[in-house]
Amino acid sequence: MPTKIEKDSLTGTDTTGHEWDGLKELNTPLPKWWLYVMYATIAFAAVWVVLYPAFPFQGATGVTGWIAREAVVGDVRAAQSRMEPMLARIRASDPKTIAADPELRAFAVAGGRTAFANNCAGCHGAGGQGAQGGFPSLADDDWIWGGTHDAIRHTIANGVRAGESDEERTSQMPRFLADGVLTLPQVNDTAEYVLSLSRRSTDAAAAGRGEALYAENCAACHGERGEGNRDVGAPRLSDQIWLYGGDKASIARSIAYARAGVMPAWGQRLDPAIVNMLAVYVHALGGGEN
Amino acid sequence: MRWFNHAIIEKNLILMGVLTLITVSIGGLAQIVPLFTVESTIERVQGIRPYTPLELMGRNIYVREGCYTCHSQMVRPFRDELERYGHYSLAAESMYDHPFQWGSKRTGPDLARVGGRYSDDWHAAHLRSPRAVVPESIMPPYAFLDRPLAYGDIADHLRAQRSVGVPYTDEMIANARADLETQARPDRDAAGFGTRYARARQGVFDGNAGVVTEMDALVAYLQMLGTLVRFSDVTPDQLRQQ
Repeated sequence: MPTKIEKDSLTGTDTTGHEWDGLKELNTPLPKWWLYVMYATIAFAAVWVVLYPAFPFQGATGVTGWIAREAVVGDVRAAQSRMEPMLARIRASDPKTIAADPELRAFAVAGGRTAFANNCAGCHGAGGQGAQGGFPSLADDDWIWGGTHDAIRHTIANGVRAGESDEERTSQMPRFLADGVLTLPQVNDTAEYVLSLSRRSTDAAAAGRGEALYAENCAACHGERGEGNRDVGAPRLSDQIWLYGGDKASIARSIAYARAGVMPAWGQRLDPAIVNMLAVYVHALGGGEN
Repeated sequence: MRWFNHAIIEKNLILMGVLTLITVSIGGLAQIVPLFTVESTIERVQGIRPYTPLELMGRNIYVREGCYTCHSQMVRPFRDELERYGHYSLAAESMYDHPFQWGSKRTGPDLARVGGRYSDDWHAAHLRSPRAVVPESIMPPYAFLDRPLAYGDIADHLRAQRSVGVPYTDEMIANARADLETQARPDRDAAGFGTRYARARQGVFDGNAGVVTEMDALVAYLQMLGTLVRFSDVTPDQLRQQ
């Protein structure tokens, strides 16, 4: 218990009055600035409790009536009303017309870039460069389902094999080995022939055997000379662009077990104006067709 | 300044005990009282269901691997978040989460509405090797998830969830193992599974139909995140807390 509070001669501060074996302890007060800041935070909290929702009870909203959900709805509406004049024109138009109008095009490319970064870049890459494993590049002129404004818009809006739209892009490559259509040696020969389409075959005999197999099983979709068919989303096989790898093992695996890319139907997630802007942006990445 | 003296409290054990109790109670009440009002402050929305067995196992892997340390599952009610992720998260959407995965840090993006944004193939490729599909990613690879999922005790997982309030029925628990396999194998008949878990999607989530892997479970879980509530059917007025 404090018994003898004295003033310390060196600092001018009171001691606590305790003494242990001749040792005394200074009772240094809290710095004034610190104390006042603490009082200010307590006052701030009290004001906050009055102004804003602070109690978990029905109708306890605070005197300002501020509610986070209504505030954000207001923010969204304000932003929408700023953009709506342009968005309405874009919504009512189609990508090709938008691209022909410099004012709309500038707006659509800027908005499309943002929407692309948010929604598309995960699979197709930040610059639309795509990735191995079935994520096509959008920056080149090699299109699976078509590269015109309308074709791009349709693919974005309805997706690919996602089962989300009646007008989605869909087709199903057979699993030639797994479903017993071809034997393993036949898969090998067919893969060798597919390599020969891009002049990379190293086994002329196998490629020769594969030619008939290709004509019978593959040509209907991928074309007599591997030129591909956009109506069924069959990629071109006679170029150097490969979604799942162009080495023989990858090609054989594609033949044996089939491949099928999937893309969500963005028309059900995004405003039609955003879909149009995305189509204009993707078309402008470099490989758009007219 | 002698109007208040610690010595009075320090000398009186009972007074000190009472004042300590009052001080601690204030802190306790601030945490406990809101729980009494949960029933009236969580809005009811259509579509929320318990996790399917496969999704639940995926969620366990999500927790085990510490995904929450870099990914939040909470879209906050700000315009920039709505523009990027979609509708802000509702309390009801994590009502069957024990514990919730809201997280507090976003090294990676929020995942509350990641379901359906990417294909199953993308998720599997991305988990195996993030930089194979997103070159600028700093996420570590999780290729080891391609190992078989241990789900012999799946019914116990459902029972454990039920004991903390998730409404798993006896039928769900009895069929837990079959339901888990059914979801990962689209060739199986999903009639009973579909009625027990509305809008649950069957799929070969990891691209390999032969065996149910941890990858299957995690991708199934990621693909359902944020998809249960159809926000086209919900107006802001219905979500007003009242």
